[in-house]
Amino acid sequence: MVSAVFHSPLDASIAAKAAAQAALSSPSAAPLKVAAPAANASAVAPVVSARQPFDWRALWLRIVPPVLGIALLVLVWALVASKGNGIPTPAETFKQAITIFSDPFYSNGPNDQGVGWNVLSSLQRVAMGFGMAALVGIPLGFLIGRFTFLSRMFNPLISLLRPVSPLAWLPIGLLVFKGANPAAIWTIFICSIWPMVINTAVGVQRVPSDYMNVARVLNLSEWKIITKILFPAVLPYMLTGVRLAVGTAWLVIVAAEMLTGGVGIGFWVWDEWNNLNVKNIIIAIFVIGIVGLVLEAALIKLATAFTFEEVKA
Amino acid sequence: MNDHLTSKYIAISGVEQTFKTAKGPFVALRDINLSVAKGEFVTLIGHSGCGKSTLLNLIAGLTTPTQGTLLCANREIAGPGPERAVVFQNHSLLPWLTCFENVYLAVERVFGASGRVNGMPAENKAQLRARTDAALALVGLTPAAQKRPGEISGGMKQRVGIARALSMEPKVLLMDEPFGALDALTRAKLQDELLDIVARTHSTVVMVTHDVDEAVLLSDRIVMLTNGPAATIGEVLTVNLPRPRSRVTLAEDPQYLQARKGVIDFLYTRQSHVEKLAA
Repeated sequence: MVSAVFHSPLDASIAAKAAAQAALSSPSAAPLKVAAPAANASAVAPVVSARQPFDWRALWLRIVPPVLGIALLVLVWALVASKGNGIPTPAETFKQAITIFSDPFYSNGPNDQGVGWNVLSSLQRVAMGFGMAALVGIPLGFLIGRFTFLSRMFNPLISLLRPVSPLAWLPIGLLVFKGANPAAIWTIFICSIWPMVINTAVGVQRVPSDYMNVARVLNLSEWKIITKILFPAVLPYMLTGVRLAVGTAWLVIVAAEMLTGGVGIGFWVWDEWNNLNVKNIIIAIFVIGIVGLVLEAALIKLATAFTFEEVKA
Repeated sequence: MNDHLTSKYIAISGVEQTFKTAKGPFVALRDINLSVAKGEFVTLIGHSGCGKSTLLNLIAGLTTPTQGTLLCANREIAGPGPERAVVFQNHSLLPWLTCFENVYLAVERVFGASGRVNGMPAENKAQLRARTDAALALVGLTPAAQKRPGEISGGMKQRVGIARALSMEPKVLLMDEPFGALDALTRAKLQDELLDIVARTHSTVVMVTHDVDEAVLLSDRIVMLTNGPAATIGEVLTVNLPRPRSRVTLAEDPQYLQARKGVIDFLYTRQSHVEKLAA
């Protein structure tokens, strides 16, 4: 109903544009060519003015609901804080956040570093644990997907190990690696490997049989099958696995760092709890959430770039 | 090449195909005996579910028969191979490769370093590219060579599939309802193109179809299958129409109409109880 209001100017401008294009694309009509740029220019102006209000409306509808959502969160938070149970109010926390983010990269020894350093060292651990998990998990997923024997061999192991809580792995890491940092990385590794193994394997098993029939008729070598058929067909599944794995890794790192200490966002949360600095804890929660959000969004963007229409269907 | 081999280029004898299902064995095909001569165009026709595609897959080597033997050029068909190229029902192009790359994959396999093992020298990249270009030109798709399958129409995709199959210079061209998913006009155009290409390349073709007109227009012989389960060859009709054939002049040709009536009689009078069986 709303869009109907804009129909007539839009239609008119489309017609004008079409006329201009027709004039441009017909080489035989030489005299028309001279008039074409002028017609085109006059057509562009109404398009802009006609579309502008419509776009504002769409933008409005896109922005208002999320803003309302965040407002609701802040409202609930303010209500809880007003009960006087030690939770700082949103305004206080915001003020504190400004001080913290004005100098995110200071360093006063290992126990007092800026939030930037904390986030970066957490990300570094995630990158290492997750990177190793990808290096092992993706090829393993390919093998499990490709060979039924291996699938039957590994499936019970995966089913057994996957549901184990990340923190249960931490003592094993501490025991084997004799250090907090490698133990945290180990925990990330062991928790983020499963989504990649499982998704890659499922992707390989779900490669359309048509594509495999093409490979069989052409009698392609195993290398060609992997590079030209399996890998591109599995890529979207694999990237889903990667996305889930990064999400898990980011969840795990905070818990692991709380226990292992050192520099990192999880340790920072625990440290601020020991200082009874609740404002910083809330800021840390927001930072953790935003970093997770950014990681997720970046990987979704990556996944859509590598997904072909026909695979999605 | 001796006469025996020429008249029995593909020899199918006593073939039976049984599938294991949850409800026990299902006999799809039984007692299939058929030979296809070199350069012959044979269509397999029958109601859906009668095992046409099963038979084609057996010739392709994608499945192995439970009983009986299939020979191609006097050698047992042990598995799929590029000498028996398949045009799939749903084109089966790889969506992440351009049309050119889809065809090149096949050309490279057959004529490149990995293909030529018995004496023939491997061709270099320029020759392989030339072959690919030629195959795409054959189906009139040179302008779409650099497009991906998602960017072209269904008819064009099917043509790329045909180009891929033809580019391999197969001994036998196997087509599984290649035009089934297309609209009538596109289908007619591709049928004419196929007639033209086959006349030039003298390919041996086995094609599955459920379209009576398509079968009569294209075939030298029409193999009609009875209804499944346990389908077998009910009748073989030889189409003696002279080539080149034109759909326009054939439309009123008595011989064409007679052949068409023969197929329709078989499909709708003698084998019409398909719904009853399914119920």
